[in-house]
Amino acid sequence: MRTESPDLARNPELQVEALGDRALLLTLGSGIDPGVNDRVHQLAALLGQKRLPGVHDLVPAYATITLHYDPTAWSGKGMPPFEALSREVMRLWKKAGASALPLPRLVEIPVCYGGDFGPDLNDVASLCSRSPEEVIARHAAASYRVYMIGFSPGFAYLGGLDTTIAAPRRSTPRLMVPAGSVGIAGMQTGIYPLATPGGWQIIGQTPKRLFLPSEANPCLLHPGDRLRFVPIDAETFHACALEAP
Amino acid sequence: MSLRVASFGLLTTVQDLGRRGFQHLGVGPGGAMDEASHRIANLLLGNPNHAPTLEITLSGPSLYFETESMITLCGADLSPRIADQRMPLWRPVMVAAGSLLSFGRPVQGARCYLGVEGGFQVPRVMGSASTHLSAGFGGFQGRPLKIGDRLETGPCPKVRYPSLRQRFHQGQHLLLGPDWFVPWYQFLEFAQPAMLRFIPGSQWSGLTGPSRQCLLASPFEVAAHSNRMGIRLLGPKLSLEQPQEMVSSGVAMGTLQLPSDGSIILLMADRQTTGGYPRLGEVVSVDLPRAAQLRPGEALRLSQVSVEEAQDLFLSREKRFHDLELVLADQQTL
Repeated sequence: MRTESPDLARNPELQVEALGDRALLLTLGSGIDPGVNDRVHQLAALLGQKRLPGVHDLVPAYATITLHYDPTAWSGKGMPPFEALSREVMRLWKKAGASALPLPRLVEIPVCYGGDFGPDLNDVASLCSRSPEEVIARHAAASYRVYMIGFSPGFAYLGGLDTTIAAPRRSTPRLMVPAGSVGIAGMQTGIYPLATPGGWQIIGQTPKRLFLPSEANPCLLHPGDRLRFVPIDAETFHACALEAP
Repeated sequence: MSLRVASFGLLTTVQDLGRRGFQHLGVGPGGAMDEASHRIANLLLGNPNHAPTLEITLSGPSLYFETESMITLCGADLSPRIADQRMPLWRPVMVAAGSLLSFGRPVQGARCYLGVEGGFQVPRVMGSASTHLSAGFGGFQGRPLKIGDRLETGPCPKVRYPSLRQRFHQGQHLLLGPDWFVPWYQFLEFAQPAMLRFIPGSQWSGLTGPSRQCLLASPFEVAAHSNRMGIRLLGPKLSLEQPQEMVSSGVAMGTLQLPSDGSIILLMADRQTTGGYPRLGEVVSVDLPRAAQLRPGEALRLSQVSVEEAQDLFLSREKRFHDLELVLADQQTL
């Protein structure tokens, strides 16, 4: 399924620069901006489909794509490899014309809020002067955008947090946060894919596994996805955990 | 062939050339820190480039060879020996069944690669045998080797160096290598202080004038808490003209990041896929093996090159690898 989208060619602000001798940095804008991020995922999808020789990783971020490549695949073209590849990227970008953006996937993440699953829910509630129930309702009402994945395997940078439930990081990070923990840090919310140390305020936990290295598709979330949190009770959590992923 | 870990060193992991195609999911490539030594260890044995080797860091383990084996050690000189015989580097070596390979004082460099015919056999995770230490998958059970671990090697398609094998079997040798070695200095150098060339990145021009001068003129020292994720440089504190509002963006092996404390971090094999710190530039690929061989306390200097020059250097190194492969293919029938 495809949807109408802004014309790539009408957005001339693509900058291509070398990021070392084996990567290019493609910049489409700045800051955290849904429009810029749409174009990032659109161009990443286009470049992915083209299967450019020697290009082995395309890493979309908020406003950039980092393209990792093997320079030998672009040598012998009468110019340095980075220039040959940069020109090809620019050519594809200009030619894309009225290319369309595939509809994002919608992923639902069941979350058991509060209690042992979300030990910081009450703190977050008092920090933003609301009841815990209201924090849950507001957290689960929003639709989030997966701007990018980075930091650790399967960790999604989400945008769309209701600013009335934003809360600062814990003053003392926890030495271990269980995998699947859902937290708030400043204006961000996110899910810990792996058990790691962490300083976010933990308001709940999902029984879904976000990262399973042995699977053909190891990550539940992909860059560009849309995401919703669906509140569940402890009983459902344990039932889901048994049949994970 | 198989080997058993009799005592563990500081950090010994299974590595290959790393995971490709998963960085958009936050999974870093990992792989051998010193790609050149890893590749030569494989080339010598007729293995493919990506065959898994053991990366042995500073203080080596002792490894018991249960069966007769042809092996290679490339990279750092960590005083390897079998019984009272010194194990030579940068060449194929036959070792007898029941041999115990141990390491002593690190003489030069930080990481040594042990290659075996057929490569070490471990399950590929996301297409790679490299150990992802922070997430605990890949390599040997997702972790560094420990006492009692037993590693098997993969099938070896072709018998190499028949005459070396013959001489080994005729004599009562514990170990036997040829009287030649790979000219490793064409791929890796141990000059002191280390000279790392870098291509300036987006925030290079944002550094204050004195900071730019300092970076190019002052020696830096490798901090003790450097690891496979990054090498932390101790030296003059650098500052930007204006604090930069950064949002996270992809980084590479070799990226020089400048956190707000003003000390550079050189990102290495186990780096995160994206970073939010100002990016001063990238160390050129051909100098990354030297960076991988840096030890805590060692001195280094940084100098500036263009991306054109860096890619020329890269392509000529790849040509040298290709030539080496041809020369070795010739030798391997001897």
